Amino acid sequence: MTTLTDPPKESFRLSMLIYDTRYRSMTIQIIALIGFLLLLGMLVTNTAQNLATLGKEPSFRFLGEPASYDINQRLLEYTSRDSHLRAALLGLLNTLVVAFLGCITATILGVIIGVLRLSSNWVVAKLTTIYVEIFRNVPVLLWIVFTMAIMIETMPAPRAFKGENPVATMALNDSVAVTNRGIYIPEPLFSRSLGDVHLLGQGSMRFDVSLDLIAIVLVLGLSLWGAAKIKLRADKIQEKTGERPRTWHTRLGLIVVPTAVLLVALGFHFGYPELKGFNFKGGTHLRNSLIALWLALSLYTAAFIAEIVRAGILAVSHGQTEAAAALGIRPGKIMSLVVLPQAMRVIIPPLISNWLNLTKNSSLAIAVGYMDITGTLMGITLNQTGRELETVLLTMLIYLSISLSISAVMNWYNKRVKLVER
Amino acid sequence: MSDISFVRTEMLPEQAPPPSSVGAIGWARANLFSSTLNTALTLAAVALIYYVLAKLVPWAWSPTWNATSLKNCREILAELGREGHFSGACWGVIRDRWVQLFMGFYPAEEYWRPIAAFILLGVALLPILYSDKVPSKMIWFTGLYPFLMPLLLWGGSIWTPIMVLAGFVLAYVVYRALTERMSELIGLIAAVVAAVLWWLLAVSPLSGALADLIPLGLEPVDSRKFGGMMLSLTIGVVSIGFSLPIGIVLALGRQSDLLIVKALCVGFIEFIRGVPLITLLFVASTLLNIFMPPGTNFDIIMRVIIMATLFASAYMAEVIRGGLAALPKGQYEGADSLGLDYWQAQRLIIMPQALKISIPGIVSTFIGLFKDTTLVSVIGLLDPLGLSNAIRADANWNGVVWELYGFIALMFFVFCFSMSRYSMYLERKLQTGHR
Repeated sequence: MTTLTDPPKESFRLSMLIYDTRYRSMTIQIIALIGFLLLLGMLVTNTAQNLATLGKEPSFRFLGEPASYDINQRLLEYTSRDSHLRAALLGLLNTLVVAFLGCITATILGVIIGVLRLSSNWVVAKLTTIYVEIFRNVPVLLWIVFTMAIMIETMPAPRAFKGENPVATMALNDSVAVTNRGIYIPEPLFSRSLGDVHLLGQGSMRFDVSLDLIAIVLVLGLSLWGAAKIKLRADKIQEKTGERPRTWHTRLGLIVVPTAVLLVALGFHFGYPELKGFNFKGGTHLRNSLIALWLALSLYTAAFIAEIVRAGILAVSHGQTEAAAALGIRPGKIMSLVVLPQAMRVIIPPLISNWLNLTKNSSLAIAVGYMDITGTLMGITLNQTGRELETVLLTMLIYLSISLSISAVMNWYNKRVKLVER
Repeated sequence: MSDISFVRTEMLPEQAPPPSSVGAIGWARANLFSSTLNTALTLAAVALIYYVLAKLVPWAWSPTWNATSLKNCREILAELGREGHFSGACWGVIRDRWVQLFMGFYPAEEYWRPIAAFILLGVALLPILYSDKVPSKMIWFTGLYPFLMPLLLWGGSIWTPIMVLAGFVLAYVVYRALTERMSELIGLIAAVVAAVLWWLLAVSPLSGALADLIPLGLEPVDSRKFGGMMLSLTIGVVSIGFSLPIGIVLALGRQSDLLIVKALCVGFIEFIRGVPLITLLFVASTLLNIFMPPGTNFDIIMRVIIMATLFASAYMAEVIRGGLAALPKGQYEGADSLGLDYWQAQRLIIMPQALKISIPGIVSTFIGLFKDTTLVSVIGLLDPLGLSNAIRADANWNGVVWELYGFIALMFFVFCFSMSRYSMYLERKLQTGHR
């Protein structure tokens, strides 16, 4: 009987940690990890020691204390007696509002300018080039304070609207007032309002939403879904029989009629701004800070988006257009069926990263006094409570989670539209 | 036979093309008025240009260059019969303060130092940017420049940068000595340890002693005196300079198979890229001193430079990662087949090519960072934008807005536009090599 002996065991020597490639990567990683932990430990001990010297103990209890400052643009109920946490929540909502508005306008403007830059019209192409170069090469903060200065210095004061022969008049049939204190626009009102509904959260995170808004969004969503179904059915019929049933009137009706009926049922009307005393009352007041931030961020980001759109359209090779034309597809359809789907693949990822930049740049709100998360949590709350460690870290965390969720969407999209090659 | 022919035997003279299709008219018809939409666009664009120029030119055309205050400007304009808020620009503020907008509060007799520093920066960059036209020996000057620049800008004893430089020399000597006797990795680690020990323990006593012996040096300038365009440029240049090596390490770490190293690098890059620069600047202004060992006290500009470096290195890492990804796989395989190890392959094959591809990206990162340096005005530093507020606080110029913003915008535009043009030129030049 024979027994299998183990192969001669190589004795482990310490130098193998460095020379043997099997262990070397382990060694390097462990050294890196130890270094990182040491650094982290040093930071934490330093911080603890320094804070102890300053007599501060890290805690988030200040978030529950009354904020005692006012936020001039609020989407939720808020009084200065509410807590710092609620102030931060309102700030976050304001950040999201300006980012959302900015992304929409920047995209629309950017697409228009990007397409116009490719125009064969010499004057238009040069003009849009100048626009892109001017906006790309001047810091965004300068644009923000510049727009703010335009709003404050060049717009008429509310009292200019007074009197028999006023210096300034309201635009759009007396419904919009552009003043140096901001822009007043008509506000939507409901005479048979359904009231607010408590959506989620308690205490300082209480989130109430107007039931009217929910109803409108719900009905509109359902009608859009129905319209999409009709279009799908029409597509199927076209594929089967070659003839496309006419559906646009039913689709339009389905989208417009239910919403209109709901609006009438809720007693929808506009509340117009009116000059009372020395200021406008009624209507929605878009403050200068919001306008300046929104406008400047949109114009600035639009310049970058224009370049992306231009590059995307140029990236689709001319052969694609010609091949489509050779197949007898009409020019409009070539654009929508052949060029745009391919251009989109190039356009969308940098477009989303520009939206991300816009969201991050909205933190410059602090320069014009717009009360976003930087202005509330990292601004006034920091100054009032002196909790710089907690507030700054919390603000960073919030921005980080916004960024990471947007880039998660981007990665998902990239994976979906990725060109599958052999 | 008669010589009747039914075909013309000689060529007809060429006819001139119809006058509407050549020259200026033809060009305009083809480019400006080819269709109804095009005509409408042209007219709208021309109307817009006219509207803007009609407002801007009369305002800018204002003989107020020698005015000493805003009131003085208004008087000069009123004498010309121009009244009202937008009757004319007040250029006196630019004549009075342009030096300050460039130099901040840097002492006037030392202005040659920042000027020399930035001119020498150009010289130091030449061998990198125009490698085909400049003698390659110049790269030595590029290597020395990082030690020259702080000396010129901040002043102080000449021995400190020399001693810091000596640390690199020491590291090199140790590396060579140990690599030949033992292994490369041990040499590398020992070199780093030796250099760090030298910098921590030997530099300040040695340079102090040498400065006592031979007091050579420049008048020290406090960084609080830095301001204006010079501050923006200093922050931008120093941060980009430091972020380049950090970015390379991060990019390599992100590409590596070592799980922990990769996770650390990805975490750092995504964290920095996920937060706005302003929060990092708040860290610089309020938190960085808390993170440091008790007793250390960096001045605010140093702290801003540290945070801006971290910020830029995350972006730099992504740019270099792009360069690494753009290299054909054959380059890596070729290096492997030559039997080069990881660092040799990186040093000799991969990095030279990857860095060359990434130069346009590096330039645009620099432009972005340079523009973002205006954010330091939010935490109270006197960059051009912060200075504009300071100038407006002066009773003479209280109320001047457009002239200052316009001038600052122009300064930034000139810098950024020329850099972006250079980067585009470089992109074109590099592209021909590859396709």
